[in-house]
Amino acid sequence: MYSVNYHRATSVADAAKKIKAGDAKFLSGGMTLIPAMKTRLAAPSDLVDLSHIADLKGIKVSGKNVTIGAATTHFDVANDEKLKKVCPALSHLAGHIGDPAVRHRGTIGGSVANNDPAADYPSALLALGATIVTNKRQIAADKFFKGLFETTLKDDEIVTAVTFTAPAKSGYAKFPNPASRYAMTGVFVTKGKDGVRAAVTGAGDDGVFRSKEIEAALTKKFEPAALDGVSVPSKNLMGDIHATPEYRANLVVVMAKRAVAAANA
Amino acid sequence: MSEVSLVVNGRKVSGAVEDRTLLVHFLRENLGLTGTHVGCDTSQCGACVVHVDGKAMKSCTMLAVQASGSTITTIEGLANGADLHPVQAAFKEHHGLQCGFCTPGMIMTATDMIRRHPEGLDEIAVRAELEGNICRCTGYHNIVKAILAASKTMSKASKSKAKKAA
Ligand SMILES: Cc1cc2nc3c(=O)[nH]c(=O)nc-3n(C[C@H](O)[C@H](O)[C@H](O)COP(=O)(O)OP(=O)(O)OC[C@H]3O[C@@H](n4cnc5c(N)ncnc54)[C@H](O)[C@@H]3O)c2cc1C
Ligand code: FES
Ligand code: FES
Repeated sequence: MYSVNYHRATSVADAAKKIKAGDAKFLSGGMTLIPAMKTRLAAPSDLVDLSHIADLKGIKVSGKNVTIGAATTHFDVANDEKLKKVCPALSHLAGHIGDPAVRHRGTIGGSVANNDPAADYPSALLALGATIVTNKRQIAADKFFKGLFETTLKDDEIVTAVTFTAPAKSGYAKFPNPASRYAMTGVFVTKGKDGVRAAVTGAGDDGVFRSKEIEAALTKKFEPAALDGVSVPSKNLMGDIHATPEYRANLVVVMAKRAVAAANA
Repeated sequence: MSEVSLVVNGRKVSGAVEDRTLLVHFLRENLGLTGTHVGCDTSQCGACVVHVDGKAMKSCTMLAVQASGSTITTIEGLANGADLHPVQAAFKEHHGLQCGFCTPGMIMTATDMIRRHPEGLDEIAVRAELEGNICRCTGYHNIVKAILAASKTMSKASKSKAKKAA
């Protein structure tokens, strides 16, 4: 790792000030940024640690309205009893990110800011129609995720929370890459008052996306059988040593079926 | 450079380190606690797992300065004098190690998982919980056996303690 200067932020305002130093980056759980720095893929001059800011941590559930602080760990999202009641699919998703040690440190804010095309949370936020709250504005998930590792965040903008209204039904299923456990294809489906939404991660060659074909079929009937015979075009899907675009297109349908079954369970 | 202060295995320690120093290097090189291992560069193998404020974490994926102010337990801090911790004893009894390189991380992960599952564990749960720990030698079979056995002895011990207290 190249040399770096570490700063511990005490509040969001303090972090916003400290990020102005050199080529600084925010540090949350460090489960993506530290490995990237170790291999010198990232080399910020300064790190501004957000993980000690109490205001950024915790989950609030009031009725169906959920707010999750950006520095809330995957472990806490997986184990929050109130969240499990209103949106068990999101807790299930968080409980299957990486491994227990990664879940003890990695955070939802870091995951959405990073927007890895194979990360789990982006599909959930897109399917839930969530809002990403920053220290400057509120951004709809539909507008937030832009391509591979790209979001609409400015360099000095801090994700402070994620909010959404829990839908009546939601489910997530992922086919994990056997080595990394990231999603080789993951599908999050929801059925709420605004209809059905199905978001796909790990498969799109431009990152997370909503599948028109899956949504149309599930709008007719929110059952796994509604997806029998449905096909998803492989044109804009990723191909790599793990799977071809055609294989991923098939996985989208299979994972969507499992996600719907989980949502109806 | 930053000043780092920690409580490691019950002892207060401090030292000036470069900000880029990983926690695992601070433990091994500054404190001489070489039980915590480094097995990879990609945060995937778990040989470096220690407990930070009671939770299993990968000490290779955390800066020492990030950890400053926390309480840390490493493999050296588990045994009570000459008495092995029940998880260590179970690994010995069930031959849960061969070369031993992964073992400190396995044992720290195992004690964390047993703490989080006071209701007990089954084989499927243990294997899922071991997602982040790689062993090149054993094929995992005896590691799983050892963890299941330790989980049983530890829940018996805590039940009999609770009975005595009642
Ligand atoms: C072995 C391993 C397995 C993994 N498996 C999975 C998996 O299966 N699925 C999955 O989805 N992920 C997986 N991950 C990634 C993990 O979920 C990370 O925790 C997550 O992607 C990043 O969150 P973090 O808090 O660790 O962020 P960091 O690594 O601290 O930061 C990541 C990026 O986000 C920026 N950032 C962080 N917080 C904020 C904020 N509040 N505002 C603005 N920018 C911010 C940082 O500057 C940095 O660029 C895995 C990681 C490891 C090491
Ligand atoms: S050395 Fe930490 S995960 Fe491999
Ligand atoms: S015993 Fe050799 S790596 Fe596990």
